[in-house]
Amino acid sequence: MSQAPQTVDLAAEYEASGVAEVLRELDETLIGLGPVKQRIRETAALLLVDKARRDMGLATETPTLHMSFTGNPGTGKTTVALMMAGLLHRLGYVRKGHLVTVTRDDLVGQYIGHTAPKTKEVLKKAMGGVLFIDEAYYLYKPDNERDYGQEAIEILLQVMENNRDDLVVIMAGYADRMDQFFAANPGFRSRIAHHIDFPDYSDDELLRIARSMLAGQNYSLDAQAEAAMAQYIALRRDQPHFANARSIRNALDRARLRQANRLFSEARGPLDAAALSLITEPDIRASRVFRGGLDVDRPVPAQAAE
Amino acid sequence: MRITQGCFSFLPDLDDEQVSRQVEYILGRDWAVSLEYSYDPHPRNTYWEMWGNPMFDLKDAKGVMMELDECRKAHPEAYIRIQAFDNTRGWETVMMSFIVNRPSTEPKFEMTRMEHESRSQKYGWKPVV
Repeated sequence: MSQAPQTVDLAAEYEASGVAEVLRELDETLIGLGPVKQRIRETAALLLVDKARRDMGLATETPTLHMSFTGNPGTGKTTVALMMAGLLHRLGYVRKGHLVTVTRDDLVGQYIGHTAPKTKEVLKKAMGGVLFIDEAYYLYKPDNERDYGQEAIEILLQVMENNRDDLVVIMAGYADRMDQFFAANPGFRSRIAHHIDFPDYSDDELLRIARSMLAGQNYSLDAQAEAAMAQYIALRRDQPHFANARSIRNALDRARLRQANRLFSEARGPLDAAALSLITEPDIRASRVFRGGLDVDRPVPAQAAE
Repeated sequence: MRITQGCFSFLPDLDDEQVSRQVEYILGRDWAVSLEYSYDPHPRNTYWEMWGNPMFDLKDAKGVMMELDECRKAHPEAYIRIQAFDNTRGWETVMMSFIVNRPSTEPKFEMTRMEHESRSQKYGWKPVV
């Protein structure tokens, strides 16, 4: 046994553990999400201090690291979970640092005796890493007392308590429904130490996200297209099923489709790289969002309702 | 009589930590891990009962250790072995196999003689408890 260290240099520890790198990556790759970054930085500081305390023999217990991420769809919960897994791995709180993403379907079976093996299979896979349960509230269905979700919840709770060294569970979903879920399952509330709330992106942030998504795929917007995109974001936000960054990604995918179609039908002669990667205003303007959204989502006109 | 089959069987029994590190080695080489148990350790009995499916997609030894604990709970008096299967083309075989659980009293084997065609004699091993 080596002697416990008498002093600790937190700054050196911070650099050596590679946490700085993860936080830098977090800052650079994620646009917006100020409060989330702040919370993660705080959590990282806590874990770093805790690790130093354990090295000195001041604390012995593994802190509870299970977390809940709440926020609307497309606000970056999965992306942050991935970084969190990296962070916990660098700090030595999980051995392997991989992320296993599951939803109710992966945990809950269809008939009696099917749920426990399924849940255990997933837990086995997630050991040494982070288990990310998306839309965790679907596990619990209050209107059906014989729902098999309850069985999965019990196994999860047991593992969250007994295998704290082996596994970190992150539960994610809409804020209000997660609150209901925790209210109905007090066991989870007491086992989850960190609640992180993901705010919606502002229009400006979404535009920056659009730009960086396109840059990642070697596409670009011209000035008019960018103005159209800004308008698109403002309109899209008020329409149903708005999912922040995911809506933007889908919009860009469709814009790329229209761009390809336009090039195919209009182009005469050879095209250069710039033409192949430029998205113009009509590619974006053609979206149904500018005409009030999908037909099914449009409010029914008054005379038709009568 | 101590049964010696597979790796490490001339060494003292591995403790859980050692088993877990062997499993880490297996996972590090991308081999599939499986657990098998048997109440008949006869050397000719190559096919043991499978405990669940082989595990192809684990990252950490803890998953295997959980299964091992459950198998031990269900079959405390059985032989349990961990096997590592390499699915690389050209190998496609068990690369490693070692016993991780033994019954409290192990059987002895004694040699028996048997009459065969044309007054010839055959010899074989028979377990005696």
